Formats: sequence, structure tokens, C-alpha cells
Amino acid sequence: MDVELRGITKRFGPVTANDNVNLTIRAGEVLGLLGENGAGKSTMMNILSGLYAPDEGEILIDGKPVRFEGPGDGIAAGIGMVHQHFMLVPVFTVAENVILGVEPTGRLDYLDIATARRQVRDINEKYGLQVNPDALIEDLPVGIQQRVEILKVLFRSAEVLILDEPTAVLTPQEVEEFFGIVKSLRDAGKAVVFITHKLHEILAISDRINVLRGGRITGEGDPKSLTENQLAEMMVGRPVSFDVARGPFKPGDTLLEVNDIVVLRDNDEVAVDHVSFHVRSGEVVGIAGVQGNGQSELIEALTGLMHVSSGEIDFLDNDITHASVRERHRLGMAHIPEDRHKSGMIGNFTIYENMVLDSYYEDRFSNGPNIKWPEVLRTAAQYAIDFDVRTPSVYLKADNLSGGNQQKMVVARELERVTKLVIASQPTRGLDVGSIEYIHGRLMNSRDEGDGVIIVSSELDEIMSLSDRVLVMFDGRIVAEFDAIAGPLDKNAIGLAMAGVAA
Amino acid sequence: MSDTTSQSSLTEKLLQRAAPGRAEFEDLVVVPIFAVIVALIVGAFIMLATAVDITTIGRSYVALLQGSLGSLNAVSETLTAAIPLVLAGLGLALGFRAGLFNIGAEGQVVVGGIAAVIVGFSMPGLPWIIHMPLALLAGAVAGGLYASIAGYLRAATGAHEVISTIMLNLISYRLLDYMLGLSWMQRPGRSDPVSKSVVSSAELPRLLTDIDPNLRLHAGIFLMIAAVIVVYWLLFKTKTGFEFRASGENPYAARYAGIRASLIIVLAMGTAGALAGLAGANQVLGVLDRTTPGFSAGIGFNAISVALLGRSHPIGVLFAGLLFGALEAGGRQMQVDAGVSIDLIGIIQSLIIVFIAAPLLVRAIFPWGFARPAGRRE
Amino acid sequence: MTEITAFDIAPAAKLDTHKARQARIYGFVLIACAVLVALVFGYGTEGGASFGLSRPRDEWVIPNLVIPAGPFNYVAAAILAFLGVRQFMRGGSKWSTISIAVGLAITVAAFLVWATAGKSFSLVGMLQATMVRAVPIALGGLAGVLSERVAVVNIAIEGMLLAGAFTGALMGSLLGGWGGLACAVVIGGLFGFILASLVVTYRMDQIIAGVVINLFVLGVTSYVSSQVFQPYRYLNNAPVFRAWKIPFLGDIPVIGPMLFNQNLFVYGALVLVGVATYYLFHTRYGLRARSVGEHPQAADTLGINVYRTRFINVTLAGMVAGFGGAWFTLGTVGRFDENMTGGRGFIGLAAMIFGRWHPVGALMAALVFGFADSLQQKLALLRTPIPSEFLAMAPYIATIIVVAGFVGRSRPPAADGKPYVKER
Repeated sequence: MDVELRGITKRFGPVTANDNVNLTIRAGEVLGLLGENGAGKSTMMNILSGLYAPDEGEILIDGKPVRFEGPGDGIAAGIGMVHQHFMLVPVFTVAENVILGVEPTGRLDYLDIATARRQVRDINEKYGLQVNPDALIEDLPVGIQQRVEILKVLFRSAEVLILDEPTAVLTPQEVEEFFGIVKSLRDAGKAVVFITHKLHEILAISDRINVLRGGRITGEGDPKSLTENQLAEMMVGRPVSFDVARGPFKPGDTLLEVNDIVVLRDNDEVAVDHVSFHVRSGEVVGIAGVQGNGQSELIEALTGLMHVSSGEIDFLDNDITHASVRERHRLGMAHIPEDRHKSGMIGNFTIYENMVLDSYYEDRFSNGPNIKWPEVLRTAAQYAIDFDVRTPSVYLKADNLSGGNQQKMVVARELERVTKLVIASQPTRGLDVGSIEYIHGRLMNSRDEGDGVIIVSSELDEIMSLSDRVLVMFDGRIVAEFDAIAGPLDKNAIGLAMAGVAA
Repeated sequence: MSDTTSQSSLTEKLLQRAAPGRAEFEDLVVVPIFAVIVALIVGAFIMLATAVDITTIGRSYVALLQGSLGSLNAVSETLTAAIPLVLAGLGLALGFRAGLFNIGAEGQVVVGGIAAVIVGFSMPGLPWIIHMPLALLAGAVAGGLYASIAGYLRAATGAHEVISTIMLNLISYRLLDYMLGLSWMQRPGRSDPVSKSVVSSAELPRLLTDIDPNLRLHAGIFLMIAAVIVVYWLLFKTKTGFEFRASGENPYAARYAGIRASLIIVLAMGTAGALAGLAGANQVLGVLDRTTPGFSAGIGFNAISVALLGRSHPIGVLFAGLLFGALEAGGRQMQVDAGVSIDLIGIIQSLIIVFIAAPLLVRAIFPWGFARPAGRRE
Repeated sequence: MTEITAFDIAPAAKLDTHKARQARIYGFVLIACAVLVALVFGYGTEGGASFGLSRPRDEWVIPNLVIPAGPFNYVAAAILAFLGVRQFMRGGSKWSTISIAVGLAITVAAFLVWATAGKSFSLVGMLQATMVRAVPIALGGLAGVLSERVAVVNIAIEGMLLAGAFTGALMGSLLGGWGGLACAVVIGGLFGFILASLVVTYRMDQIIAGVVINLFVLGVTSYVSSQVFQPYRYLNNAPVFRAWKIPFLGDIPVIGPMLFNQNLFVYGALVLVGVATYYLFHTRYGLRARSVGEHPQAADTLGINVYRTRFINVTLAGMVAGFGGAWFTLGTVGRFDENMTGGRGFIGLAAMIFGRWHPVGALMAALVFGFADSLQQKLALLRTPIPSEFLAMAPYIATIIVVAGFVGRSRPPAADGKPYVKER
């Protein structure tokens, strides 16, 4: 089945997400769609799958124009999408998730789970997916959840599979396995659209590449004849350097000493399992690992948001194991949270209010019970200038900023306090290349000025390019440590450690 | 960065406040006006449906206007009715700002009233300068503590305050029934549940008796104005207010910023309850002189509407409270003049809130009243 | 190639786990109960408590159960103390929840024995009343389950009950019982539909929408009852559905009167709970409804219409609540009084939470509340030293305890209370 997009334009209010896009998808071929965050890749694919309606342009299937009124129509036409954020119901079983919307039923609308289970097994066998149809989604690792997503699409006999950033949550080895699945799908005659912003992946898997920038197709080519640098330039519109400028490595005293800590989740599961490590001043420690292996809980324990059940945390020679969040802030801990919308900022507050969210109580901003708003305003404007937050006014609501500017606002707030240790969790997730470069530069700046920096990221490339030392977490434990100063990091070894295989 | 003049001009630019746009104007002025008009129209239809004829409907709306604004007495009645609504409404608004949906103002009014009446009748001989503030304080403290129960349960166990405050309301009614039967509380020589009367040293003095002894407006109005100012200051000028608002808008971010969520919840609930308790004390000390079953008269529930209509802003609450006070004073006149039950006012009030809380609905009914909505990017 | 399934033995045993903390709290509660039972209900209590298990006119009359009050309560206290100490000693075992449930039941039993000491008390009458009084709460809870399973928080159940009660009385007076019942169901459904429009179409805050519907219904029903019912009393005089005894089953001692000699509403509630369970957990549309409550975006991407699903289920919830509301008038007195639901809708919400968002769970929880409700009524007859006002608070206090104790330990549908904004 061949699909063609012709002259597709989609606007969200004043923003044009897709501008006159043309694209052809052919059966038995992997089409790589490259673009940085915000380039309009996802919008385009949501249009193709029927989730969004285009403002202009048309979709042709095998040469015939079609109109999708909703996602059901996309599926019916044989177009299936695996979303970047999985669309799975966590408390349902695999079989229930797979059949949802196209359920086999008996009399009285009775849900025929037995048939569903059998059908799931059949597809499992055909494509070598190996998923237990009775497992609950929430119990499955993300790699398997992704296979469930693919199962869902295949169950609906999709001929075109759209994979939106499918490798973001996988270890390097899982990526290899995943590529195997993609190839078997292609060889079975399916059309696959592989969306990513990772250059080496798109070169490895695609038969043909399209590059999207600012909502337009800016390049097209053959992976055999393109280099990563050429692709990067097409994607960003200017030459990009992948190296982060940094000063010489001059580690100082130990700032943070984590000694054998255990952190429990609400349901008494062990999230962090007897973890010990230290951070010195002037050093970047990267914590790698597949999402959900205890990194988030470790960070929450370090910052005082989760209770430490046993063990000890020392910071600047103070025992802070049970200190409050604010006490830690006062000692010089800065925290850039992993989810800025949920916990990093208050969308309905103005920029100036967000800029003092964790420093409003300091003497420079307050006087007895009162907050010195004029002082806050002046400072916030200064921060916005210093950190390149592009906004017409500090009175603007934070929600109205772009993602990159929101994150810069959060980074400004955290780094402009008196800091000794900067904890950055997924500091550049979902940002454009310009903002990523800027934030990386700022973090390196903190390191060069003698702060200790902890970076947690699910992007292994980010960890590898920033860290002086890499710790790998698996199943709540630190299973490996790599030194980036002695020699170049071995991506393969880190990947194996992320999967829990001892090096 | 080297050019300091351009730097400071950039700062100046960032400090420019955008002029209030049409959207704010529509939100704060157009929507409420439409809401009131539509509610009155729907109210007329409901009267029609219950076989009230057109002339009586006309007469009742005239009476509504006369009873609320038509004379000095009407204005006095409007203000008297508005005082407790504004006080309790301020408490609710404060809770809303902190993300707490406190439906328990009614119970807090009851408990505050009980405490105020006890202090009011049990300490004769105190000079008024001590006795009256003491009685008011007792009401505020009782209301605050009562609300803190729900706040504590929310903070400690996650029990949703909507259900726990409703249960506390129901419990407060039984508590009132019980206390009115106690020998030291009941008015001597009465077998029906009526408390002793407040002695004059604890009463909020009436202000306009020199003009006409029937004018009921009392010193509680100063309390109301002071409360509006204090709540405004608290919410928008202080650290505590900042913490309330941050917790209310995004509790996760507030926690990450080192704001202690559980403390804020208990504090906000307590303050809200204190204001509602003050409203109850105000009724007992300024208007009723005693407590009877049902003396709270739904103030706590109407205050929810007042807080919503006032957009949880102290100034807005003041105006909304005045409107609702007017509806209530006018409603009594309406019942007398046109024989239409005052319960109609309750319907009109709830309809106003429907339209306030669902601006999209008002836009759908009056598309010509609004600028074309600019698409928003999510 | 990756084979990492072997988990270490969790070292959580000596850690300060949530379970251990919870067990300590439970142990403390149980021991406090033991002390209460021993000192207040046991000490100085004399005579036997006589519980009636059948009524004189029953097919099979079984003798009264007579319990020596003092000794019984000392034994009860001993069991409670044992359970409490066990919680402290071996905290966090899987028996925690059962222990606390058994412990509370024993405490209630001890209280009853104490209150009845030297008197007699019709247990079967109270169980029958429990069932009856559980009906509006169970139906309110069921309405809550139906709407929260599609992620619409339904504070408006109270208003829907009240609307059902009012309509039942008015239309029942005009059209007879069945007509009144049908109209009550329709009106309940109408308010469900209105709630759905407000929160789904007009994206009003769900709690505000619920509160407003409650205020509106209260306003309209009070207005009409004072404006219309006062002068025209025949409009507020509906026939009442009498109990239908199911042959044979209704004669079984204790259980018969409780389950098989009741009116339409009790049977209806039981059937609706069964139907709702089948619908939610064994049908295609139930699966879709639950997916909308858990992950609406996922449902949407699979072509399930989130808005329509919410409309349908919230309307159904309203119809269930309308039926439950009719109980107040057509099932009991045939007359409507202002605000006669008295917070039962909110207690229904608590039953829903207690019942873990499951129809059967909600029914069981409703029975607990129904028991508290009928207990306070019957106890008033026994003239205990406890003032009747405090007994009347019992269901409300029980609700608070349930909500405080069970929230967070049972998991609501993931998207509960969140509007779904579809982008097009």
C-alpha cells in the first residue's frame, strides 16, 4: 500500500506546525523522517493517522484521495501509529489493550477474551514478538510495552506503520533488536515510517530519508550517500557541533556523599536499592539507565522529596538524609526537575513569579511577611536577559512560552541561586537544538566554576557527551561506573550495563 | 551585554505590563453580566412553569429591585445580608486559591456561631471593648479549628476535602441540635431549641438606628471591609499567600520548590474556616442575637457561589457578595409583594454560577458579545 | 540474551516500610478498641442482651439469642487486645486488613451487646432496615462508579437523588407509582446528561459543576415544594411500593426478611449492581468505558469516541441515581420534603471509594453505611446514655473515617476528574 501526502498544512492558532508538506510512503520500504523537536514530525503523522484534521492538502492512498474524520478512519484505512508516549492502558492486560476498539464479542456484547488471546498469540508467532497476552501492561518493561504497541497496530492489519521516536526508551542493544523487528515488518511488505531526531539511527535503518524543519520538508536523500553532518545541517539549518565546550577537569573536594541508601515507593517496592556514590566539585556525574530503574527516585531522595528508608546522605559535611527540601536549597542544592510542566514551573503563574518560586523567602526578596515585588520583577527581568529567555514581558504567563524558553526559565531560576551542586534531570528533553546547546553550555559553565553536577538522562548520547564520570543504574542499583577522563566511553559496555548484564 | 544602556532598555521592555486585553475584559465583566441576565430570564421561565402569571413575574422582579436598592432600608438590608456572605466567601476564595474545595463553610458558620453565642451570653459584665472582640475571636477560632479537621485529614491521609467537609456540615447540624438542648445553653423557660441571648456588651452595634430604629445595618460591615483588605494583602503581597497560590495552582511544583504542602493545606483550611466562623459570629452578634436550628440559613453554601462568582479574588468576592446580598434582601420583598417563594433566589444564584463557571456556555448563547476566540496552541 | 529476572531477596523487612507503619497504627487502634470495650462496655455491665432473630408471625420462629453482656464483652476485649498486640509484634503481615475489619466488627458487636444489656432488641428488624437504608447509598455509589469509571467525578449524585425523589413524588402522585418511577429515572438521566454537557462540552470544572447541580436541584425542588406543594397537597401524595415477599426464600430465618421480603428498590439495587458488574467487566462497551477512564487519549487513538462514551455513561449514572432517588419517596413515605436526601449522595461517593470503584464493592460498603444508619435509629429506641444527636452523627463520622482510611489505598481510574481536550 502506498500513501501520499500532498500539500498538507496544519496550524495551531498562530503557529504553523506543517507548511505545505509533500511526502510519499511506499510498501516494503522504511522511510526515515528526521527533524528536531518541534519540527512538526508528530503533527504530520497525527494527520496521517487521522488524529488531527489538516487545514489544507490531501492524503492519497494508492492514488485515491481519502478523508479521515477521526483516528478510527486512519486505522480502517490500514494506517497504524505507534506513539512516542505509549497509548496503553496500564491496568489492562496485553490482550485487552490489543483488542480495544476492535473487540471480538459474543452474545449480549460478551467480551470474548479467549479468542483475543489466541489472536494475539498468532501475531506474536508470525513476527517473533514474544509477548504474554495475559500480562498487565504496568508490570512490563518499556521495551515490551513497545512491542505491545506494534501488536496493536498489526492486529488491526495495518499496512503502514508509523513509529514515532520509538528508540527513546531503549538501550542500545534493545535498539538493535528493535531494528530486527522493523526489518522483518518491511520484508513482510509493510510500509514503515521511522521518525526520529537521532542521526545514526536514521542512517542505520532507513531506505530513504526526508528531513523536516520548521514544518517544511527541507531535504530528501539516500542514506547511503549522506553523512551525519550533512543530515544535521539539513535538520537544524546551520552547521552543528556535537562537542560541548568545557574546561580542563579539575575535581575538588567531595560535595555529596551518598552512603548505602534505600528508597521505597508507596507500595513498599524497593526503588533505590543500597546505592552509594559521591560527587566532587568541578565534576559532572552522569546517571544512565533505562527509564524506571530508580533514577527518578534517587533524585527525589537526594532533593528531599522522597523518604530515605536507610542509609545516609551527606552534603557539604552536613547529614541531610532527612533534611527538608528547603534546607537543601539553602545549602546550595539546585534541582532542574525531569518534568518541567508537572513539577518545574507553574504554568498559570507569570514568569517573574516562576523565577522566584524557590527563592521568594530569601532576604533579598522579602521583608517580614511581605514579598518585595519590585525587587522580584527587576531580578526576574535580569535573569530572563542573562539566560536568553525570549519573552515580550516578564508579566507573561509561563504557559505562553515555548518549551525551550520555559526550560531556560527553570534553569535560570535554579542556577541563579547560590549553588554548590546542580542536579539536572532530563534537562533537555523535548527541546530544540538551540536550547539544548544553550543549556548544555550553562551546565558546563557551572562545572567549570567549581559546582558539582549530576545529570540524569534517558538519552545516552547526552550523558556521554557531558559526563566526566558515568554511573549506570539498573533495577534500583548502581551496576557499573565508567570514567570518561581516562579514555573515551564505551557505548556498548554502558548499554549492556543498562540492560543489567554485568560487563 | 557590553552596552549597558541597551541592557537597561531591554530590562525596561521586559517590565512593561501588557495592557489588559479584550479577553480579560470579557472574562471579568461581560461574562458575569450575561450570567446574571440569563439567570433572571431562566428564573422567569421557571415561574411561568409553576403557573405564576406574567404580571406577577413582572411584579416580583420589580420587588426584587425595590427590596434590594429601592430605599435606605433596602440598602441596609442588602448590606446586612452581604456581610456574612463576603466573610465566608473570602474564606472559600482563599481555599480555592490554595487548591482546596472547601464545601464546609456552612458547618464552620454553625460552629463559629455556637462559639460566639456561648461567649456572648456567658460573660456578662465584661466591657464591650473586650467582650465583643472576644466573642468574634471565639467564632473565628472555632470555625478555624473545625475546618482544620478536614485540612488535617486531607494532608495526612489524602481524604478529599469535598466529602469530609460535607460530612462535617451534617455533623455540625446535629451538634447544634444537641447543644441547644443543654440546660446551660437553652433559654430559660423555653422548651424549644433556642439558645440564651447575647448580652449587649458582645453585640455588634447597629449603625443607623439614629435615622430609623428599624435599620439593621451593624458594625460587621467594618469587619467585612477589613477582611477584604487583609485577604487581599495575604494572598498577593505575602510569602504565605504566594505559597497558598503556588500550592493551589500546581502542588507538585510547589513541593519541588520546598513549600510544605501539608502545612499549607492545614493553614489554608484553618484560615478559610476562621473567616467562615467569623461570618457565623457576625450573624449571631449582629443580627440574630441567639442561635436556633438552621440559623446558618445556607450562608456557607451561598458563599461558595459568591467565591466562584468573585473569581476567588477578594475584590470580586466583595462585589459578588453585595450582589447576592441584594438578591436575598430583594427576594424577601419579592415573597411579600408577589407571593413568589424566596427559594427562587437559590435557583437564580445557582444558574449564575453555571454560566460563570462555564464561560464557553455563555459564549455559545451570546456569540455576538465576544471577540472571535483566537485559537490556542496546546 | 538479557536474562535478569532473579530479584534479590528484598531487604525491606527491617526497613521502615509503609506496611509496618500501617500495622502499628492498626495495632494502636485495636488496642484502643480493646480498652474501650473492656472499660466502658464490659465493666459493670450486667444482665443478658436478648437479640430477636425472627418475628412472631414468621413461618419458622427461632428463639431469641441471649448473650450475657459482661462476659461477652470481656472476651471481645481480649480478642481485640490479642489482634492489636499481634499487629505490633508481626507488623505488616497480610492479615492486617482482615484484623482491623474483624476488630471493628467485634467492637460494634460489643457496643450493641452493651447497649442491649438487660433489654431485648430485634436483630432481624435491624438487618432488614440495614438493607433498606443501604439502597440509596448503594445506588448513589453505583452512579459514582459508572461515572468515575469514565473519569467524570460526580459530586452531583446528591442532586440527582434529590431530583429523583422529587420527581417520584410529583409524577407518582399524578401517574401512579410506576409512572413516577419512570419519570424519576428520566429526570436523573437528564441531570446526568446536563453534568456531562457541562464538563465534557463546556469544560466546566467537574467539582464546581457537581456542586452547582446540587444547588440548582435543591433550589428548584424547594421552590416548587413551597410554591406548589403547599397549596396543592394532592400533588405530593404518591403511592408507595410495598414489600413483595418472594415465596419460600422469604421464609428463611434472618436472611429471608433481609433479602427476600423487600420492596422493588432493594431488588432493583441488587439487580443493577449485577448488571453494572457484567457491563463494566465483561462486555465490549464496558472495556471501552474503562479505557476512557484510564487513558482517554489511548482510547481516542483507537477510534473510541471519548466524549460520547462519557455522555452515555454519565447519563446512565444519572438514571441509576434517579432510581435511587425515587426510593426516598416511592419507597418509603410517598411524600417529598425539602432536602430530604440529607447527604446520602455524598455517603454514596464514600461507598464508591470504600468499594474500590467496583459495583459490588460499593454495595458492600453501602451495607456498612446502611448498618450505621439503621443502628442509630434502633438505638434511639433502646435509650442508651448516648444522646441521639451523637448517634445520628454515626453515618457521617463513619464516612469520614472510611474516606480518610481508604483513600490512597484504593486506586481511582487514572484519568479521574481530568477533562479530555481533543485536538483537531
